[in-house]
Amino acid sequence: MKPAPFAYRRPATLPEALELLAAEPDAKVLAGGQSLVPLLSMRLAAPGLLVDLNSLPDLGEINVAPDGVRVGALVRHADLLASAEARRVQPLLAMALAHVAHATIRNRGTTVGSIVHADASAEMPAVLSLLGGSVTAESASGSRTIPAGELFVGPLESSLRPDEVATSAFFPALPPDTGVGFDEVARRHGDYALCGVAAQVRVVDGAVAAASAGYLSVADVPTVVDLTEALGGAVTDASLAAAGEAALEHLDPAADIHATAAYRAQLVRVLTARVLRAAYADATTEGGSEA
Amino acid sequence: MSEEQHDVRLVVNGVTREIRVPARRLLSDALRHDLGLTGTHVGCEHGVCGACTILVDGRPMRACLMLAVSAEGAELTTVEGLTEPDGSLSPVQQAFAECHGLQCGFCTPGFLTTITAGLRENPHPTHDEAREMVGGNLCRCTGYQNIVKAVERAAAITAETAAAVAETAETPEGAAR
Repeated sequence: MKPAPFAYRRPATLPEALELLAAEPDAKVLAGGQSLVPLLSMRLAAPGLLVDLNSLPDLGEINVAPDGVRVGALVRHADLLASAEARRVQPLLAMALAHVAHATIRNRGTTVGSIVHADASAEMPAVLSLLGGSVTAESASGSRTIPAGELFVGPLESSLRPDEVATSAFFPALPPDTGVGFDEVARRHGDYALCGVAAQVRVVDGAVAAASAGYLSVADVPTVVDLTEALGGAVTDASLAAAGEAALEHLDPAADIHATAAYRAQLVRVLTARVLRAAYADATTEGGSEA
Repeated sequence: MSEEQHDVRLVVNGVTREIRVPARRLLSDALRHDLGLTGTHVGCEHGVCGACTILVDGRPMRACLMLAVSAEGAELTTVEGLTEPDGSLSPVQQAFAECHGLQCGFCTPGFLTTITAGLRENPHPTHDEAREMVGGNLCRCTGYQNIVKAVERAAAITAETAAAVAETAETPEGAAR
């Protein structure tokens, strides 16, 4: 279990990194490496060149503004999880990050890296999708913003080009009158989830004005489903059950060594109800998510 | 064709070490093979078991999920660096001995480093927090109960030591020393 040989460069500036990527189509970008290094070790990936971002300046910043949280490419999960400012503006970040692997992995792994790794069983791609966030990509030919809805195109496949670096991700702030929730079920705490759900619910005068949920591990890509209609304005046992069934119409739970498809579908029903209830409670609690 | 080699400088347990390795050398292998520090154990080699956990700039990380070249300039602490300067056992090591927190010992280096950092961050963990602290490390011998006890015992030893030091400093004799 050792990686195949590859060339390695650790540029000191972003333009230098982009030049290296433009010149070598068979290159991979290394940030935290918590997904990439095992892939290299198992030789599921054998790039010709690794471009290590860890010396680049400015990519380790978390910028919190009233409209949302911008996370640089070198921000470790643990740093984002520990940011009280980020949690205040978008509480779903910390809720989901606590489920990302184990603390030891979160100390090295980066949130942006996890997003562009585009694993449909990872938490942060689903969170970015649910919130309608985006990723900023830079290449030698310029910069562009990729909305989450256009980022995830298949299992472990993003629309990022090989010559691009995702320099930051943007998570929109929690809108007014809105609550969020997150939960997942895994075989062991810290393992990949068999099913995970992130939800946001907007409540006006006690009635549900809007509700949506993002799903992980139950489709090929992180999938967001609008559940407003299914809930019919209220959170009741019947409406939550209807929301679970509505969600399943957009999902494709698969069987593997860890769970049958039927069990994953059952988790969709149970977790949809549980997380929507939590998000509704979050929206209606005095002081919102602060409580 | 010979593979390109890279000069890497690492500060390991307070000592600056320089090695020349190919880019694909995992940090765990660099510690064991290039530096002879075989206290860091390699179990699964893909980040699941936690046996290779070391402290990188004070934070626990998986040495098998890092490339040695990418650790350039980092301060590393391995299990060899956990003992006190006089060679006595650290509180976490002492607690493992007292609580029978190890049997075969293969996973122990990863637990010791993880708990050392964990108690720095949270010196007084609840029982649940103690369990959570070791949640990312696998042990196939102990059943974990004695490891969790060792986390709590290590916290107690650290607190007792700190209290004793404070008491000594408060007495005139202590101040005179």
